[in-house]
This record gives sequence, C-alpha cells and structure tokens, in this order.
Amino acid sequence: MASWTIYLSFIGAALLLAVRPRDMRWVRGLALGTALAGLVLGLAAAARYPADPAAPLIVLARARWIPSLGIEYYLAADGISLTLVVLTGIASVAGVLFSWNVERRAAEYFALYLALIGGVYGVFLSFDWFLLFVFYEVAIVPKYFLIAIWGSTRREYGAMKLALYSLVGSALVLVGMLAAYGVSGGQTFNLIELARGGFSSGFQTWAFPVVFVGFAVLAGIWPLHTWAPTGHVAAPTAASMLLAGVVMKLGAYGALRVGMMLFPQGAMVWRPLFAGLGVIGILYGACVALVQRDFKFVIGYSSVSHMGFVLLGLMTLNATGVGGAVMQMFSHGIIAGLLFAVVGRMVYDRMHTRDLADLEGMALNRVLPFAGLTFAVACAASMGVPGFSGFISELLVVIGAWKAFPPLAVLAGVGIVAGAAYTLRVLQKSFFGDHPRAPVEEMGRGQGLTWPERAGAVLLMAATVVVGLYPSLLLDIIMPSLQASWMQAMLKGGQG
Amino acid sequence: MMSWIREWLWLIPLAPLAAAGLLALTPRAGRRRAAWLGIGSLSVATVLSWAAFFGAWPGAGGAGREVNFTWLTFGRTPLELGWVLDPLTGAMLAMVSTVALLIFVYSLGDMRADPNFTRFFCFLSFFAGSMLGLVMANSLLWLFMCWELVGLASYLLIGFWFEKPAAAAAAKKAFLVTRIGDLGLLLGLIYLYTETGTLLCYDEGRGCLEAAALAGLVERVSVGGITVATAISLLIFCGAIGKSGQVPLHVWLPDAMEGPTPVSALIHAATMVAAGVFLVARVYPLMDADVAGEPGLSAALQGVAWVGAVTAVMAAAIAAAQFDLKRILAYSTVSQLGYMMMALGVGGYAVGMFHLIAHAFFKALLFLGAGSAIHGCHHERDIRRMGGLRRWMPVTFAAHAVGMMALAGVPLFFCGFWSKDGILHAAWGWPVSRLPFLLGLAGVGLTAFYMMRQMAMVYGGEYRGGQLKKEIHESPAVMRVPMVILAVAVVLLSVVGTPAWPWLEEFLEGREAAVRAGDLFEHETLWIMGASALVMGAGLVAGWRLYGRRPQRRADAPDPLRMAQPAVFSLLEQRLRFDEVYEATVVRSAAWAAEAWDWLEREVWQGLMQWAGYGALAAGWLSRLSDEYLVNPAFDGGCEGVRGCGRGMSGWHGGRLRIYLRVVAAGMAAMAVWLTWG
Repeated sequence: MASWTIYLSFIGAALLLAVRPRDMRWVRGLALGTALAGLVLGLAAAARYPADPAAPLIVLARARWIPSLGIEYYLAADGISLTLVVLTGIASVAGVLFSWNVERRAAEYFALYLALIGGVYGVFLSFDWFLLFVFYEVAIVPKYFLIAIWGSTRREYGAMKLALYSLVGSALVLVGMLAAYGVSGGQTFNLIELARGGFSSGFQTWAFPVVFVGFAVLAGIWPLHTWAPTGHVAAPTAASMLLAGVVMKLGAYGALRVGMMLFPQGAMVWRPLFAGLGVIGILYGACVALVQRDFKFVIGYSSVSHMGFVLLGLMTLNATGVGGAVMQMFSHGIIAGLLFAVVGRMVYDRMHTRDLADLEGMALNRVLPFAGLTFAVACAASMGVPGFSGFISELLVVIGAWKAFPPLAVLAGVGIVAGAAYTLRVLQKSFFGDHPRAPVEEMGRGQGLTWPERAGAVLLMAATVVVGLYPSLLLDIIMPSLQASWMQAMLKGGQG
Repeated sequence: MMSWIREWLWLIPLAPLAAAGLLALTPRAGRRRAAWLGIGSLSVATVLSWAAFFGAWPGAGGAGREVNFTWLTFGRTPLELGWVLDPLTGAMLAMVSTVALLIFVYSLGDMRADPNFTRFFCFLSFFAGSMLGLVMANSLLWLFMCWELVGLASYLLIGFWFEKPAAAAAAKKAFLVTRIGDLGLLLGLIYLYTETGTLLCYDEGRGCLEAAALAGLVERVSVGGITVATAISLLIFCGAIGKSGQVPLHVWLPDAMEGPTPVSALIHAATMVAAGVFLVARVYPLMDADVAGEPGLSAALQGVAWVGAVTAVMAAAIAAAQFDLKRILAYSTVSQLGYMMMALGVGGYAVGMFHLIAHAFFKALLFLGAGSAIHGCHHERDIRRMGGLRRWMPVTFAAHAVGMMALAGVPLFFCGFWSKDGILHAAWGWPVSRLPFLLGLAGVGLTAFYMMRQMAMVYGGEYRGGQLKKEIHESPAVMRVPMVILAVAVVLLSVVGTPAWPWLEEFLEGREAAVRAGDLFEHETLWIMGASALVMGAGLVAGWRLYGRRPQRRADAPDPLRMAQPAVFSLLEQRLRFDEVYEATVVRSAAWAAEAWDWLEREVWQGLMQWAGYGALAAGWLSRLSDEYLVNPAFDGGCEGVRGCGRGMSGWHGGRLRIYLRVVAAGMAAMAVWLTWG
C-alpha cells in the first residue's frame, strides 16, 4: 500500500494540471487531500512495521522494467525508508497548509508541489538504483520551477544554483552507478543484490567518495553547501519547508542507502574525512548563522549545521550513530519546516521584511502571539531541549561519535552550545525585541493567523514533541532495519 | 510501610507540569484560575513530597528503592530511565516543594500588578515540576533532561520582562554560560555510558554508581594518566560548576537578578542553583572512587574542594562591594554554594547537604525580605537610596534579620551556624591541606561583614530615597506570611542539625540518629565553634562600625570602605573584572570566528561558485564562437556542396519529354552497339 503514496501524488498532480479548477477551494482541497492520503498511507505502513523481524524488507512492487539491462521496477521499504516516508507525509501536509495563500497560478503550483512529493516518495521507496536515480531526477525539476516562478529574493539565481549543484551531484552518482553496474557484471541494479555481491576493496575505495559526495551535495555537506541557504531564501515558504525538510534528506538517504550500503569498506577508508567535514559543517553553519541579518538566512545556515549532525552520525558506522542520524533526518525535517513556516509565511508574508534589525523594533510577539509561541517552541526544539525530537537524535549522534572519534564528539558538543547561541539571538531579535519602535497597533490589525497556519504549526509541533517524548516510536522501526544482513557489513566497521 | 509512595513518585513532578500545560492554554485574563492551578497542584506535590520524605526513612524502604523502565533501545542496548527514593531524594523533594509553595504564595502579592501574571505562574509551575523531577532521578539521563528543562525555565523567567534590555541579555547569558558547563556534563555522561553501559545510578548491583561498575572505572586509565573515574567525575563537575555558579562560570548568576524577585528566591537562590551541589552529591560514589579507596581523597573531590573554597571566599569579598540589594544576595549565594561544594569535596557529604537545605530556607527568606523591601520602595534596588525601612516595614525587617543572622552564622539558634560549623569542622579534618579551612573561616568573617552592611544600609539610619518617602509601605499579608513561616523554619531547622543530635545528617546517610550530647562538647568541635563565632563577631562589628554607627545621610555619599581602600574596593565593585576578561577573550574570539567564517562564506565559497558560473559562461561563449566560426561554416560549406551537387543533378530532371526521349534513344543506341560488337 505504501507505494500508493507515489502514485497518488502523481495522480493528484496530473489531475490538477488536467482539470485546472477555477475554484480555489477545489485546488487546495485536492492538494490537501492528496497530501493527507500520503501521510495516512505512510503512517499505516510504519505502524505495521516490522511485521516479521526476520524479514526487515517489505516488498511493495516488483516487475521487470528493461529486462535487457536488468533494470527492475522494484519498490520496497524498510524502517529507514518508512521513517522518511512518514516525514515526507507530515512535511507535505504542513506545506500545503502553509501554501493556503498562494493565489497566482495555484493549480500549477500545487501540481508541481505534488510532483516533487511524488518524486521524493519514489526515492525513499526504490530499491533499484536506476529507479532511485530516475525518481531523484524527477524531484529536481519541479523544485527548480517552484523557486524560479513563485520564489522571492534572487529567485532565478537561487533556483539555478540549486539545479546546478543537484545536477553536479547527480552526475557523480551516475558515474558511480554505471561503474558499479559494469564492475558487478552488468546484470542488475538491484541494491540488495549489489550489496550482497560485494565489490573489491580497490573499487570501493574510489567509488565510495564519488557516490557519497554525489548524494551528500544535496545533504549540504561542507563545502558544497552554499546552494542550501541561497535556495532556501529564494524559495516560497512551502518549497523551503520541503527543501530543508525532505529534499536535503534525499541526499543523506542516498548517501546511506547507496553509498554506505554498497561500499562499506570504502566508507571505512574515507570516514575520518567525511566525519570531519560533518563537524566542520556543524560549527561553520552555527558560526555563520550567528552573524546573519536576514531572518531566513539564519534558518538556512542552521540547516547546514543540523545536517552536519546527520553526516557525522552516518560516518560513525555504528548502530547508535547511524540510527541517530536517521532520527536527526526526521527531527530536522520537522523542525526546519516549522522554522521556515514561521519566517516565510507567518512573518514575511505579513511584514514584508526579514531584516532582523527591522523586526527587532516591531514587538512581533504582541502582534502575532501564536507565531511567537510557535517560534519559541521551534527554537527550543532546534536547540535540543529535552522533550523535543532534536534532543534524542543529537544525543544518539554524539554517543555514536564518542565511540568512533571522541575528539569529534567534543567538537560536535561545542556545536550544540553554538547552536543555542544563534538560536537565542534570532529568537530574541525576531519576536522578543527590546526596543519597540514602530507603533504596534497599526501593523497587526486584521492580520491574525489563519486556521491553516495554526493547523500546520500544531501538526509539526506535535510531531516533534511526540517523537521527543517517546522516541521508540521511530527507533523501534529504524533499529531492526539496521540489523538486516545488507546493512550489517557497513556497521561491522564501526565498534558496536 | 510507605512503599506505595515509591511507585507513585512520578505524580510529584507531573502535578506542576500538568498545571503548567493547562496554564499555557489559559488566556491572560484567567488570573484567578492561574493562581489556583499553580498553588493547588504544587500543594498536591508538597503533600506527596513529605510522604516521600517519610517513606525514605531509614529502615522504611530497604532494598529496591528504585523504579526503572526502558525508554528506548538501540541495537541491543537499552537506554533506561527511572527514579529512586533514597534519603537524599526525600529530603530534596520536601525542601524544594515546601520552599516553592511558600514562594508561589508570596508571588500572589509580589506579581499582583503584572499584566502577564498567568504566564508567570505557567513558567513557575514548569520550573517546579522540572526541579522536582531532577531531584528524584535515578537515571542520569533523566537527571540531565530535567537539568536542561530547569535551565530553560530559568531562561524564560530571567527574561520574563524581556522588554528590559538588561533582562533579555541576562537571560541569554545565563543560558549560554550554563550550557558551556552542561557540555561537560553531557560528555561525562556519554563517557560513563560507553564505559559502563548504563546511566542508571542504582539497578540492583548493575547501576553505574554501584560497586561493580566503579571498580572497573577505577582500573582503567584515561587521557593524561588519570583514571576513567576521575575523568568522568571532572566532566560531570563541569556541569555543576555552570549550574551552581562556581568560579569561573559564576558570572551569569548575579546578572540573573534581573528577573522578578520570587524567581530569584526560588530558582537563583534556593533550588536550581543548588542542583549542581545536588548533582555532586548524587554521583558521590563516583566522585569518591579512587585507586587508594580512602574516602574523601580522590582527585576529583580534591578539585571540588578547591573550586568550592576559592568560590566561597572570592564571592563573599565581591558581595561586600556591591550596591544592588539583590546582587549582594546573589554573590552571597555563589559564596554559600562554594561552601557546599567545599563540604562535599573534603568528605563532608551529609553536612554539605545539610547546608544546602538550610541555605535554601534562609536564602529564600532573605530574598523574600529583599523583595518586600524593594516592593515597598517602588522597585528601588540600590541600597544607597534606601535606609530606615525598619520603621515602615517591621515584619520585613524582623524576617530579614532572622535570615541575615542565619546566613552570618549567629550561634545556637540559627541553622546556618550549625551547618557552617559542620563544614568548617569537616575542612579542618581534611588531610590534604588546611587552606580550605582557613579560606572558609575568612569567608565567615566576610559574610558577617557584608550582611551587616546590607542590614545597616537598608533598615538602619534615615531614608535616603528622596521624594518617595510618603509612599513606603509594608507588604500585604500574602507576602508577610510566607516570610514568617520561613523565619520559623530557619530557627526550627537548627534543632535537627546540631552535633548533639545530628538527625538530618544521619538521615541523609541512611542511619537512625541517636542523641549524643557528648559530641557537642568535644574539644575540636568547641574549638572550631568558638573560632567561627569569633570571626563572625569580628565581621559584624566591623560592618557596624563602618556602616551602622554613623549611618550615611545622602545617597551619593561615598562608601566608607571605598574611602579606606579605594583600589581594592573598586576592583571588587567591578566584580574582579571577570566579565571584561570574558568579553575580551571568549566572546570576542567567537565573534571574530563567526565574522571570519561569514566572510569566507560570502566571498570565497559563494565566490568560487560565482567563478564556476563565469567559467561555465565563458565555456558557453567559447562554444558559441566556435559554432559560429568553425562548426557552422563547415556545416554550411558541406551543405553548400551537397546543394551544388543537387543543382547540377537537377538539371537533368527538368521534366521535359524531349530530353528524356533523347537520352533514352542515345542509351538504346549505345546498348545496341555494345550488344552487337561486345
């Protein structure tokens, strides 16, 4: 059933394009309904997982696609995929709710939006490398148009930068894919079979960095991260939510599912370098976020910092760290979505400025108390306050890192402190400024938050709190997946 | 007999937390509901806490004092949470809930006029719940989570009046400085977890504070030749340094006084800042673990003792040169926390905890007195613009005086005397060095001096505040009654802490107390009591001679101590310039790094991208030029050739029949010739 998340999204997109309803209620309703259906399907699949601990992979669909090349249409899911499918569901529903005010070419907007979602679902559920690559490319196209048409600051630049970086990453992945296909005998693109077959350590040593970097570009690996802040800032609210929330996870997921699963020995060789880059990303993102004047850039760089934890966790090559990295993917997806929703939709659409120096004088918490509450909660979650998902995921990553490279764990810890610094700075400057300059009353009248904004915020806040209080909900499906034989080779390298 | 309370202990933090959740949804106007919810839920927690206190009675619980459960598992390793009901938890629960309840009631008066009364009670209940959760933790992970939550509550409450720039800055500073310490704590816990595989303190022999685990930790060696146990203990102590305002991370606590007075009393005097001391007490078996095995001599505890002793005397000296009523008390808190740390460090576990509890009561009392005085003087906090308040505020004066005597350590009737005396006694017996004892003794004199200075300037002499004299008033009953109760408690507590019947200390160590009147008259005990009383008396007299005998008449008159020692006084007034040093080193280098990296980001990485873009553009132009001048001409030329060829050929296909027929005829003629003669 989980494969219907993909089909429904594309059907929804096609319907919107074909019918182009005049009535906005139909457009929004259709988009929301499709997103909700995807969320429900994802939750249902996650709730039933794992039905059988001995079979950690659920096959959803399998058919021969291009038999002469051994390419299959192979959809399947394990706990890691399902975690990210649920994340995509939540983020997509919230994104539709925060796009409620899009009026210009709304049918096309939501069609592209749903096509992007469909591609993302496809990546998370593909177990054939070629198919995964196709979905990966499918996701890039709508992203470009969403930013270039509905974006704001320097949108063409941002969109082009994003597309170029994505394509460079894709090119690397393509090289790695064809090489692996050739070396393995040219029989199959099936990821499980490729992992079982194994590659020579010499091949792994050069193929791993190619494939890993190719995917990690989209995860914002330092120093190939610069597309992320610019792209986030240029994108319309829902697109930045998806960009930070799920598209960056595509990269991290690919790096794990393909790069690390197929080339465990290569990962062993290269892990000090990439773990180091992850930690640099954590500290670098935090430091740069500390001095930004644009509200959205702060959040953009915070994403770079938080994704550094994902890379560090992956490179620990132990169950704790990798499990923590997957948790962090989920957690950051939710929290970044919430942060971008507040910045882009709640604040920018009303105040038409993102300059923190301006916002400081507006006493925004009095004009928009609910937005202030939402942002305070999001900041607490982002700082890793216990009770929110960010705490447990970053804790697991640091524990894993401590086992693998203690000095890097210490530096990551310093990154958590720096995270508190920029988060508190932006929280106080944006909503709780201490110099109200402009008359508050005039600005805020009649601009209270709408119900879709409240609903979206509540959905995201609930997700981070529920997972924060009861992380077993996710860990109990992530951890059995790491026990699968094809994942174990990767973890054998790490200790524990 | 009281084992039910052990199972239901989770209700104690849950009640205030649930109230906080409900209050978050309560509109601003629901002030009455806020008060009822906050105080009601805390009353429930208080009753249960006292039940827990008696449930932890030595002999009442026995084995299995802890309740553990698995929170999550990764791989095959579980991460467990749990709570424990031992005498330490019982005593802390009773103290925290009781003091908190009194301060909640006091807040009804103190915060009456605040428009955000509801939010105040929401945050305060959130704090109380987190703090109660902290002290009952059996899992150090649970403890750390509550530790962070009380830090968040502290941030929210210091910044409660965030429109004041000083308050907003103080809140941020408090959170960040304590987080630096928390980083050490977090790493210590992770280290401990990876070494022992558990973060449960007690787990039927498998806990990380139990003999089996400790033996392993002592054997292994960490970086720099110290044992793993020492390394972990020192990391954990970093957290305690940050939270309990020990040198060098004490700088946030005086600034935290920007919050409302009930917050200062509850969080920044009585409970949260003592959490660091509590943490050291909670992991005491780990701190105490050493190769030699002698109690109170491990490397970690020696560090604790020195940090505590230095803090105790340094903060007391700074307090003597401050003018802000609440800041004097804040430095006093830092100093007293130093005493507690010193006590734990020199092996006086029980007496350190006794001082923690005694301090919670008398310092809360002092803050409530200070708050009442500030309230009566229209939010004036500078002691130079107070004076003579005893005439208008007799109850506040009396309560404040009781607190002051307890803090200074006036003999016999005040708990502060007995607890401080116990600490000095323990320090005297420390085989490593006598210096902490001497520092502690000097601190006693300084404490008596600055408290006398404060009392004389606030309550003695004439009012120096100018116009507002007519409006000075005693606080309402809702503020007076908690002060009176606390004052009574401060006196009563001294009954259970004397060397003759050290009931509380024996309770904390899990023993039944017996009356040992003879202990009171031991030579060493008497000697130390006499010495500390003498030093205390000297401090009081010095304070009286400088400030009490000839009270100042004008607010801008120079401080007598400044006249006597201008250099020392101004250095102390500037708090030994800790803030300036940090500003010049840590803050500036962090800011510099951030700016530098931002520049790198904008100019180099973005620039690289830009150059890559230009490169691509250049390649595009190059392709276009080559298209235009090489590829296209070649293609066009080729096309031209083909076309010319075609044109030539098409001449033959003109569609004129005559030509076709001629060609056919010529062809046939040629064929006939070829067939005939070929």
